[in-house]
Amino acid sequence: MTQVDVQETQSPPPAHGHDVERKWIDYFTFCTDHKVIGIQYLVTAFVFYIVGGIFATMMRTELATPDPDFVTPDVYNGLLTLHGTVMLFLWIVPAGAGLANYLIPLMIGARDMAFPRLNAIAFWMIPPSGILLLSSYFFEPPGAGWTSYPPLSLTLGQIGQGIWIMSILIGGTASILGAINFITTILKMRVPSMPIDKMPLFCWSMLATSFLILVSTPVLAGALILLAFDLLAGTNFFNPTGGGNPVVYQHMFWFYSHPAVYIFVLPLFGAISDVIPVHARKPIFGYKAIAYSSLAISFLGLIVWAHHMFTSGTPPWMRMFFMITTMVIAVPTGIKIFGWLATLWRGKIAYTSAMLFAMGFIATFLIGGISGVMLAAVPFDIHVHDTYFVVAHFHYVLFGGAVFGVFMAVYHWFPKMTGRMMNEFWGRVHFLLTFVGMNLTFMPMHELGMRGMNRRIALYDPQFTDLNQLATIGSYILAVSTIPFLINAVWCWAFGEKAPANPWRALTLEWQTTSPPMVENFEELPTLKTGPYDYGLGYIPVVDPPEFSREDPKQVPA
Amino acid sequence: MTMQGSALNPSDTVFVAEQNGSAHAEEHHDFRIFGLILFLAAESMIFLGLFSAYLAFRLMAPDWPPEGTPELEVLLPGINTIILISSSFVIHRADTAIKKNDVGGMQRWFAITAVMGAVFLAGQVYEYSNLEFGLTTNQFASTFYALTGFHGLHVFVGILLMLAVLWRSRQAQHYSSESHFGIEAAELYWHFVDVVWIVLFLLLYIL
Repeated sequence: MTQVDVQETQSPPPAHGHDVERKWIDYFTFCTDHKVIGIQYLVTAFVFYIVGGIFATMMRTELATPDPDFVTPDVYNGLLTLHGTVMLFLWIVPAGAGLANYLIPLMIGARDMAFPRLNAIAFWMIPPSGILLLSSYFFEPPGAGWTSYPPLSLTLGQIGQGIWIMSILIGGTASILGAINFITTILKMRVPSMPIDKMPLFCWSMLATSFLILVSTPVLAGALILLAFDLLAGTNFFNPTGGGNPVVYQHMFWFYSHPAVYIFVLPLFGAISDVIPVHARKPIFGYKAIAYSSLAISFLGLIVWAHHMFTSGTPPWMRMFFMITTMVIAVPTGIKIFGWLATLWRGKIAYTSAMLFAMGFIATFLIGGISGVMLAAVPFDIHVHDTYFVVAHFHYVLFGGAVFGVFMAVYHWFPKMTGRMMNEFWGRVHFLLTFVGMNLTFMPMHELGMRGMNRRIALYDPQFTDLNQLATIGSYILAVSTIPFLINAVWCWAFGEKAPANPWRALTLEWQTTSPPMVENFEELPTLKTGPYDYGLGYIPVVDPPEFSREDPKQVPA
Repeated sequence: MTMQGSALNPSDTVFVAEQNGSAHAEEHHDFRIFGLILFLAAESMIFLGLFSAYLAFRLMAPDWPPEGTPELEVLLPGINTIILISSSFVIHRADTAIKKNDVGGMQRWFAITAVMGAVFLAGQVYEYSNLEFGLTTNQFASTFYALTGFHGLHVFVGILLMLAVLWRSRQAQHYSSESHFGIEAAELYWHFVDVVWIVLFLLLYIL
């Protein structure tokens, strides 16, 4: 018995024109199919991942020696600003949106998103935003970091900073429009047989993410509009030389940008909750706990922002408040981690590439989470503020969490998206290189930060040389690790082994249709027969149900 | 604002799965009002952010408004406030009219609302031209212009929405008692703009 029971199984496939295969050119058009948009997002995001990675590699090359011998300090400032901005706004956010676009309608048994045209509009704002941002490199790259604190951002040159603001405003609008779509789709378009507490956990996490986007992104837009006035019209909202107040910018910025780290990582929390049960053949441990902890994270995420500002003259009561809330947010996050570990515990674990990345995710994210609790403590934070300890922390969270998560999701859902299997051997090579490279790059930064090496500076004291060179070697390994993935993905997309409808024998709805799914996703809207994670309870999912397999049915015994 | 693009399209009053064949003609409900409410929630967060910034500037400044800022005249913005608030009631009459299938009545009330909005904007332009401080005079002046200007932009968009509805209603049968999303959306947006103004007025002129 499967989760779905397709009615009229014996009737021949109706000739609806559903089987029209997507041509490559469709992916370059204004197409309202959520599956096309999802892939557009993912591929665009990956292009920017490579661009951001090139910036990072250049920075690490510069940092291989204490002197500025590879690029000038000015160029370095531009590189670090663009690296941060590209990776956050053009890689992780669109990657999450891409997964959500592709998966949500399939997971809840809908034919498309609630607002397909709005969906396409939102996607098509990403490329202009990215091209705009990268073009700033050729004028005068913005050099104030991805935070663009005034007064620094007001003194480093108008053109680059102005373009930066414009780019973020466009990307932010896209993000808000996406969130409206996700919330409406998840809340209103589930198949009638799917109550909200039978919804896959990815949908829960996207609900929490979208809520956060909707509440916090507009505040950043407000701050950036005011910053643009300061920059271009000579007002003095934030510029202290004219009586402005830069701390207000910091509050508004972090009111978005702290929730933003949950916006980056929550979709992947959801994805991993869907991947682990499939590859460990066990029901998810604590479905409700994981679902509600997403909501708890998104609520608590809104009231922790000032922990970025412990050294900004924040009054003591505020420090105490934000220290406590920041530590509290580790609780729902810990609940999730225990849920995943308990799911793995005594499971029949298949060490697929997706599972390897899931385990890498848990391991590295945990380290980032622990250093996050350390940083929440005011005295410790003041000691390591603006040092490489912070850099190490957020790369463990964002690289270890979000990037591992995206790769995990790609390995898991690639057969569904493309109808082809990925090569497992090269997947494992990719994992090994990424895991080693990631830890080699960022682990030494903890030590560097504790010893007082400042972040965001092209030069450093010669006593830090050894550890920096270690990190640089790690970053080269990371750079190389992308190559097997790229070749694997491109090659398998074109020539890979054909994927059955349900290669992982999963129970969620996206696997109960063809690979890749037809236009409008399902022949008949599916009905739920089991919960999304009822593995090992006697239900045996049929691989490639005969009613779907038009060509070359690969009947793998379940 | 991109919402309008989708909101104003004539062809999507009811979504129908676009494939032919009976199996796929499952209509799905119209979620556009729900989506618009989410959008307005996001919009209100921009305003909330700007209001909070204003309050923060005010609380952290040594004296407020900074020395030498001329007093704000309350009479003209007061009249403006009354015009804007009453326009919310006027636009609601349009909603009542279209629910009775009275397209002419709807057009009349929409036109009156749009004119009231335009009078509000004209009043604001007049106020701007008579103020003794400019955008960059001091922090109070900057926030004053930023907040009222950003709100004025929303009033302008609201008027455009009403004009778009009027333009479309030339076609008989475009709006009916069953199907009038555009009218509902413009009305909801207008109420939103109105509520924002009340908070703004209290913050800037009264507090």
